[in-house]
Amino acid sequence: MLPLTVRDLVLRFGETTVLDGLALDLGAIGCTMVMGPNGSGKSLLLKLLHGLIEPSAGRIDWGGHAPREVTRRQALVFQKPVLLRRSVAANLDFVLKARGKDAGRRAALLDHVGLAHKAAQPARLLSGGEAQRLALARALATDPEVLFLDEPTASLDPASVLAIERIVSDARARGVRIVFVTHDMGQARRMADDVVFLHRGRVAEHSPAPDFFPRPRCAAARDYLGGKIVV
Amino acid sequence: MLARTLGTTAMAVLLAGGALAQDQSIIVQSTTSTANSGLYDYLLPIFEDETGIKVNVVAVGTGQAITNAENCDGDVLLVHAKAAEEKFVESGFGTERTDLMYNDFVIVGPADDPAGVAGMQDAQPALSQIAEQGALFASRGDDSGTHKKEMALWEDAGVDPTAASGDWYRETGSGMGATLNAGIGMGAYVMTDRATWISFDNKQDYEIQVEGDEDLFNQYGVIPVSPEKCPSVNAEAAQSFADWLVSEEGQSAIAGFEVAGQQLFFPNAPEN
Amino acid sequence: MHDIGDALGLAVALVLSGDADLLEIVLLSLRVSLSATVIACLVGLPIGALVAIGRFRGRDVVLIVMNALMGLPPVVVGLLVYLHLSRSGPLGFLGLLYTPTAMIVAQTILIAPIVAALSRQVLEDLHTEYAEQFRSLCLTRLQTIRALLWDARYSLLTVGLAGFGRAVAEVGAVIIVGGNIDHLTRVMTTAIALETSKGDLALALALGIVLLVIALGVNAAVQSVRITAARHAYV
Repeated sequence: MLPLTVRDLVLRFGETTVLDGLALDLGAIGCTMVMGPNGSGKSLLLKLLHGLIEPSAGRIDWGGHAPREVTRRQALVFQKPVLLRRSVAANLDFVLKARGKDAGRRAALLDHVGLAHKAAQPARLLSGGEAQRLALARALATDPEVLFLDEPTASLDPASVLAIERIVSDARARGVRIVFVTHDMGQARRMADDVVFLHRGRVAEHSPAPDFFPRPRCAAARDYLGGKIVV
Repeated sequence: MLARTLGTTAMAVLLAGGALAQDQSIIVQSTTSTANSGLYDYLLPIFEDETGIKVNVVAVGTGQAITNAENCDGDVLLVHAKAAEEKFVESGFGTERTDLMYNDFVIVGPADDPAGVAGMQDAQPALSQIAEQGALFASRGDDSGTHKKEMALWEDAGVDPTAASGDWYRETGSGMGATLNAGIGMGAYVMTDRATWISFDNKQDYEIQVEGDEDLFNQYGVIPVSPEKCPSVNAEAAQSFADWLVSEEGQSAIAGFEVAGQQLFFPNAPEN
Repeated sequence: MHDIGDALGLAVALVLSGDADLLEIVLLSLRVSLSATVIACLVGLPIGALVAIGRFRGRDVVLIVMNALMGLPPVVVGLLVYLHLSRSGPLGFLGLLYTPTAMIVAQTILIAPIVAALSRQVLEDLHTEYAEQFRSLCLTRLQTIRALLWDARYSLLTVGLAGFGRAVAEVGAVIIVGGNIDHLTRVMTTAIALETSKGDLALALALGIVLLVIALGVNAAVQSVRITAARHAYV
């Protein structure tokens, strides 16, 4: 379904314009880190690209695929994982069954995210890191071609952060296209093939990682990386 | 899975419920006075033992009993409102009305007797006096046999109590027992059949104040519901129940029913 | 007020004596009201779920009607069911009047709106939490409803309990369609009404206490299930 072409994307809520004529191109492979100050529209951009919300105007083209098809072949991991009120195993079983996948994959998925020993436990009693790994396993269970992650490691401890990064890197290595929102500079450096920097409802800069971090082109990105407040 | 099990259970319950009312059984639409006094608890086992016919009693006011029977929701009507019963038969809903038994109505009131009617034998002057004094009077107000009787007595007395409805005249719109409970609660006079009164457990300081007038006579009749109007009735069983009630055996059974050593109903079926 | 003391003693004596008539009445009460609750859930939960996740024209009107129907007067329901099941009514040929089935039908009609309206609220709250994740997973409407019903199962137990409570406590509907026939359609509430009308207030109250204890027992059972579920964060 790649490459992705986005043109003139506008998102408005009443009087407020969140995205204002955004344009973006994503290639077939790699891990794109989406960065930008709070309120720059990163999460909403992910939801738009995934087809969860409708733009006010503009065009999102996933290689000509229909919107419903697009959502189906992608997965999104939210900042706060939404887990069913069931056991860890049942959370995976639910998705495998709903999406017509092989139910026998549950064990391998749990093993992959290091939750095999927690299979029978209530999902909502997992720690933050475990819950997010389960959410990742659930996303991977749908065999997505594109995996969106919306600050999945915010408020997690360093070990959990690394565990999740490892799982995402594995997916990238298997050819899954990664689009990853983060505020964590270290994480961005570790993971990024390229960086999309959002500012004032537009893509202020889209550069390969080796160019972006040492020499961001736009002033807002320079301020952001330098720890200054960006408005 | 759970839902399916529950569904099956529900169906089973429904089917079982439907089957219960079948076989040889009849429904008697009757009055609260006969049921509340315990008459049926005494009579029916005797009849059921003899015939194997199960008798189910729906006890409501005479007005509702007649309406239910006119809707074909009963096999036998056993009430106490002769005029309405005769109309029921004339309209073709009943095959034949037979006098069955009688007792009498009494007027009960608080021991201090605020209207001073204690010991009066004639109902109409007693009612007039209650009205004049503006003493509280609780009426069924439900178109039952007792209520119809009471209204006829007021008319005889030349008083229209409904003009004072909500003032001293209180229409409860309820059964005999509920009206007694309400009347006793507010200290009002109440006209009731003697059977209900004798078997009533919540008398407090109430006493019979007026009794013995011929006009307080309370005649019960029995009518099988007509299979011509209501093809669903169990005509044969209904007829045998009515026949048994007016037979010598049924009549002596009625005479034998006592509460607190008192006979409550007096059989008076015409001898064949 | 000596009646209350009498009634307590009588209630204890009734229960201890294992009175066969009392047992029959209690069992019929439970059978009728539990059946009505199960059927009302089978009907009401899907309706509640559909309205909870649905976005359609006239939804506000449906909500108002559902909530208003929660206040259906039992005696009106009884009368409507009577008019249908009466031999002279459209369903008279079924011969259901004055049977436990008629009582189940009446109570089902009485409490199905309660189940639908309360479950709608429960499921809508849960759906608010799940909706975006479910859209991302491309679940069908049926899959969504099934997942919501299952995940809300412990909250829905309480909804069912509200329906059961209303059913087992009402007298207006069952006395009209059941007829309060001894050994056939007499349940706790109609027996209480009967004893009250006989002026046997102590016995009426004693039966009321027994009814209350049964209701307490059912509630305690459901509550213990909920507590276990809450320990697993399944509520």
